[in-house]
Amino acid sequence: MKKLFNFFKNEQEKNPANVAKERLKVIVAHERRQRNQPDYLQDLQRDLMLVIQKYVEIEADNVQVQLDSEGNYSVLELNVTLPN
Amino acid sequence: MAKIIVVTSGKGGVGKTTTSAAFSMGLAMRGYKTVVIDFDIGLRNLDIVMDCERRVVYDFVNVIQGDANLRQALIKDKRCENLFILAASQTKEKEALTLEGVGAVLNELSQDFDFIICDSPAGIEQGAFTAMYYADEAIIVTNPEVSSVRDSDRMLGILQSKSQRAQEGLDSVKENLLITRYDPDRVAKGEMMSIEDVEDILGVKNIGVIPESESVLKASNQGHPVIMDKNSDAGMAYDDMIARFLGETRPLRFIERKGLLKRIFS
Repeated sequence: MKKLFNFFKNEQEKNPANVAKERLKVIVAHERRQRNQPDYLQDLQRDLMLVIQKYVEIEADNVQVQLDSEGNYSVLELNVTLPN
Repeated sequence: MAKIIVVTSGKGGVGKTTTSAAFSMGLAMRGYKTVVIDFDIGLRNLDIVMDCERRVVYDFVNVIQGDANLRQALIKDKRCENLFILAASQTKEKEALTLEGVGAVLNELSQDFDFIICDSPAGIEQGAFTAMYYADEAIIVTNPEVSSVRDSDRMLGILQSKSQRAQEGLDSVKENLLITRYDPDRVAKGEMMSIEDVEDILGVKNIGVIPESESVLKASNQGHPVIMDKNSDAGMAYDDMIARFLGETRPLRFIERKGLLKRIFS
């Protein structure tokens, strides 16, 4: 009975097609952002991560580097999520 | 002036050559003078799918390098007088496909043909690059599956930034999504992404949906583009897709889950 209940509960949100769609949305959005950015940004992100990793343990996706252009100036945004 | 259409995908094995064969044959059967070119240097396969593998004398690279002229290299289809095939080279290096060389060949073909179909190789290297560079329209062949959809998005990015139209600031390459190997039963069960899911992720509307079908393997086994199998679901779906490409409005077929009776009797 519990199995049946779970089956109905999970069918909508957790079916494999929805998992695929959600994963794709995230990676595609990420890669589209990267597409419009200069090639050095990925290297910069890696180097920054290596520096930070000397001091704290973090994963690759805890460091985000983004370059935004607005009019005649650009903003280099560095976002580091430190562990608790 | 011919319209140039690239059939591309990024990922291999999703149905580019099957689509190129069906699409070009379908256009030719409707009376349009059509040429289909295999850009997969070293892995020639359009010829065998179109049943002319033993008739290749000169290939695309021979024409680019001036060893043969177009008239010598174009293979006339035996079933449809409006259809011509330009085979890929099986031995040359893929670097032989230079932008200038490909451009010159397309330009010459463009005088005589209504449609030029460029069958792109998988990947994003020279063959795929030159196949998409001169395109007016693209058919992005995608399976409802994560790696195929991701690669299609990558291909769309390349079309939007690296094609001649993008580089020269012209109207962008028209994008058409073709979903292939679609299995309505699995979609209904939540095992496979739906048409809307794929359109939503890629931001492109479909021009057709080809169902997973036994007729596709049967067709390539025989060297008959599947569109010639007029009773097959895949053949009819390709015919619909071509009608839409030419401006007709046709509803999608073969995207509903098979009814109980059909499931029993199929």
